[in-house]
Amino acid sequence: MNSYLLISILRFTVLFLAQVWLFNNIEFWGFLNPFVYILYVLLYPVNANKSFLLISSFFMGLLMDMFFNTGGVHTTATLVLAYIRPTLFRFAYGVSYEYNTIKITDKFTSETFILVLLSVGIHHFILYNLEIFKIALLWDILWKSIANIVLTTTTVILILLFLKPTKR
Amino acid sequence: MQQVLNFLQKNSYKMLFFLLLAIAFRLTIQSHSLQQSVYVNSSNEVSGFVYEKTNNIKEYFALKKTNQALVTENQKLKELLFNKKDTLLKPQAFAFPGVKEYKVIAGKVIKNSFNKQQNYLTLKGGASQGVKTDMGVINQYGIVGKISKTSTNYSTVTSILFTQEKTNAKLKNSNHFGSITWNGKNMGYVQLIELPRLATITKGDTIVTGGYSKIYPENIPIGTIDKVYIDRVTNYYTVDVRLFNDMSNLGNVYIIDNKSKTELQTLEQSLPNE
Repeated sequence: MNSYLLISILRFTVLFLAQVWLFNNIEFWGFLNPFVYILYVLLYPVNANKSFLLISSFFMGLLMDMFFNTGGVHTTATLVLAYIRPTLFRFAYGVSYEYNTIKITDKFTSETFILVLLSVGIHHFILYNLEIFKIALLWDILWKSIANIVLTTTTVILILLFLKPTKR
Repeated sequence: MQQVLNFLQKNSYKMLFFLLLAIAFRLTIQSHSLQQSVYVNSSNEVSGFVYEKTNNIKEYFALKKTNQALVTENQKLKELLFNKKDTLLKPQAFAFPGVKEYKVIAGKVIKNSFNKQQNYLTLKGGASQGVKTDMGVINQYGIVGKISKTSTNYSTVTSILFTQEKTNAKLKNSNHFGSITWNGKNMGYVQLIELPRLATITKGDTIVTGGYSKIYPENIPIGTIDKVYIDRVTNYYTVDVRLFNDMSNLGNVYIIDNKSKTELQTLEQSLPNE
């Protein structure tokens, strides 16, 4: 059993419980909740098994759908995010990604910000499109996604800063 | 054969992704048809347990308000009881002894939802309390929704804030019928559609549930008329109804079991199709 697997399972559980117990009850302006569980996808080690990430992300989304009664929208959004994660890393970090030297909790840089914003953006856009699924409510989709992207990005970055190890 | 195996090995990651994506899409599309997903819903014991624990904590912060609401309701019920008309003088010929048409089961909302297109609530109270699919759910202010799925101790409710749901409703003062539905925009308002233009309506009129509904008893309050749109194509009004209920703040609810529902259904099914 590799240590990353254990850590991932632990992280999965903690993020899932935090989402259900804490972050779902925020209800900012009555309809906004930060979906911090996508941190699971972002924090997964760069050089670890990719298939395990896909399967675990699928189940993370499925659990969210079960608790929110949303069918399969969280599953789809999280799965797509897990699949395109390498592309996003390469886009944000450029060449240093190729050498597997990244750990996004190490140091908060503008690259980390871009990565978080892009991931959250893609995830939320898929999420709200599938959930509302009506062209007549396009402005609703846009407005809700953008408002929630701002909220989730802020929360995720705050958590990342909080997670940052104090000394190395 | 070797090539096929090679292909599979090379693309296994992609194929895993597409397999999982297909499942996810299937679940999404299923949720957009009216029926709630069979496996992925919050009426199961796991999420019911988690939500119950969360709700236990949340309840402490609203104890005073809940008490106040219950006292007000009690007061109203007492008023009804004391002002009851003398029934001794009425002929008893049509009342069957021992037949109760409606049974009321107490339930509690442990998970609320009001910001989606299809909102499901989760209730404490399931099959072991006698809750079944398609029972109506109300509280002291008006209608809340209807039971969608049940497990032993928990159940899910399709809220009236549900874009594909239609409920029979009528004007309180004139018995003109229409249907209540929701356009998915504002959680304080639902829409009354298919209300005939013959009906005279004014802003502030009360809308109640109609007698055609097998789910709710007649005359359960829904809301008041807020805005009227006239549809030029059809002969119907579309009306914005301001809900009596604050759907973002639900606590104790009552589940209505219509005893004569099965009888009515079998009777209606035996009719030839019009």
